[in-house]
Amino acid sequence: MINFFEVNETNKMVEQENLDVRTITIGISLLECIDSNLDKLNENIYNRITTVAKDLAAVGEKIEHEFGIPIVNKRISVTPIALVGGSACKTPEDFATIADTLDRAAEKVGANLIGGYSALVSKGMTTADEMLIRSIPIALGRTNRVCSSVNLASTKTGINMDAVKLMGEILLEVAEQSKDRDSVDCMKLVVFCNAPDDNPFMAGAFHGVTEADAIINVGVSGPGVVKTALEKVRGENFEVLCETIKKTAFKVTRVGQLVAQEASRLLNIPFGIVDLSLAPTPAIGDSVADILCEIGLEYAGAPGTTAALALLNDQVKKGGVMASSYVGGLSGAFIPVSEDQGMINAVQAGAITLEKLEAMTCVCSVGLDMIAIPGDTKATTISGMIADEMALGMINQKTTACRLIPVIGKGVGEQVEFGGLFGYAPIMPVNQFSCDDFINRGGRIPAPIHSFKN
Amino acid sequence: MEHNANKTIITVVGKDTVGIIAKVCTYLSENGVNVLDISQTIVSGYFNMMMIVDMTKAAKAFADCQKDLDVLGEEIGVSIKCQKAEIFDMMHRI
Repeated sequence: MINFFEVNETNKMVEQENLDVRTITIGISLLECIDSNLDKLNENIYNRITTVAKDLAAVGEKIEHEFGIPIVNKRISVTPIALVGGSACKTPEDFATIADTLDRAAEKVGANLIGGYSALVSKGMTTADEMLIRSIPIALGRTNRVCSSVNLASTKTGINMDAVKLMGEILLEVAEQSKDRDSVDCMKLVVFCNAPDDNPFMAGAFHGVTEADAIINVGVSGPGVVKTALEKVRGENFEVLCETIKKTAFKVTRVGQLVAQEASRLLNIPFGIVDLSLAPTPAIGDSVADILCEIGLEYAGAPGTTAALALLNDQVKKGGVMASSYVGGLSGAFIPVSEDQGMINAVQAGAITLEKLEAMTCVCSVGLDMIAIPGDTKATTISGMIADEMALGMINQKTTACRLIPVIGKGVGEQVEFGGLFGYAPIMPVNQFSCDDFINRGGRIPAPIHSFKN
Repeated sequence: MEHNANKTIITVVGKDTVGIIAKVCTYLSENGVNVLDISQTIVSGYFNMMMIVDMTKAAKAFADCQKDLDVLGEEIGVSIKCQKAEIFDMMHRI
């Protein structure tokens, strides 16, 4: 029988340590909606999403109340739109009409965000892929809930450098379009290497073509819970430290597993995966950087940060894997700058640089995330930063990503407000030396060798 | 552990006063909720109680009981939480 202390421990995690389920994401395949007539395609997409996800918001709230656990976001991911719209769309504007439809459908069912305005171009771009990419500034400029992602590289295919070059330019266009709002639309755009098909987190969620008709994916959170647990083992050795993280990650993930099962049952949609990521928010006590400090660093970015993050990430996975029947998505510690008060503090103290962040992305789940850079950064420089990140993912057989925000009209030291869960960010300096000739070569970087296996 | 989707944990926390248990239990009995277990303690003047109840034969829906208990809690001056037990089972039992 459950006892007093266990009940109190769980409720304290929720009430004082910001334990929550970050998102329930329904993945919906739109392949059956494909039609060569654009109006018909849009109608099919709207009907499909509003039918499959009609109870999303209500079910989310029901679970919140019954278990007393906040569910922060209810989201939808769909099949990459470059695939779905390929036959009907003749211009970037045609593609943007699909973004309008996704926006309307998400609003209708009460989804906070909808992901999948995406193209998978890790080896080559089809005409449709390129058109979708060129439509991203239009689409993000006139929708509120649509998120876009592009997979530019993979371990199996190498890096599509033509697409990397294009994305540098597109990102600046997106920034320019929302320059009156600190270029915030860039938050809704992310590029990947080895993008997972079942990621529930935005902006990178899409419903991969390897997935079933519809699926429930759940992302848990809980940096505050890990931080609090570690406060009790200050000064202890690494064995105790690692055991504590593992046990805590287990408990946090169990909540995700329960919510995923319950959502799956109530919505009558199969359970896909639980994503084990430690996702921070700007709320005090909900920071991954604070965990690194608790492990023993003065600030995130100090020497030892990469090692501390590596052990944190690994222990979270070890604890989480046993807690859930299926684990997937990104699964690891996120290190976004703007969404994490501890990271913001580290930037402001001068403790962390872009180069250190890049090193950290070798051992954590995603990449350069929510980083504000000066608005006058050249497109080729952005492409160079993206290429570096893609190379890390490609060689290390892991997912890496870039979500950079070139803030038009602002420079190093100034600050950008994104609002709500997205927080604020000080603009970080970017290496000023040129990589123009590298980016302008064109073509692709071949896939790497990982020993002579065959 | 036996699985019962109607097993619910009610926690009551707040300043101690006369009749908290009586009022909560009266509400539960009037609404067909069976109490399986109670543990209660006072920590520095604060009343802490946890009840395990079975709502299989409850007269009202879970959400309605939850609202009623919220109101009752306000009347007594304590906070009453009502949660399905599965979240605790999941977190603390393998």
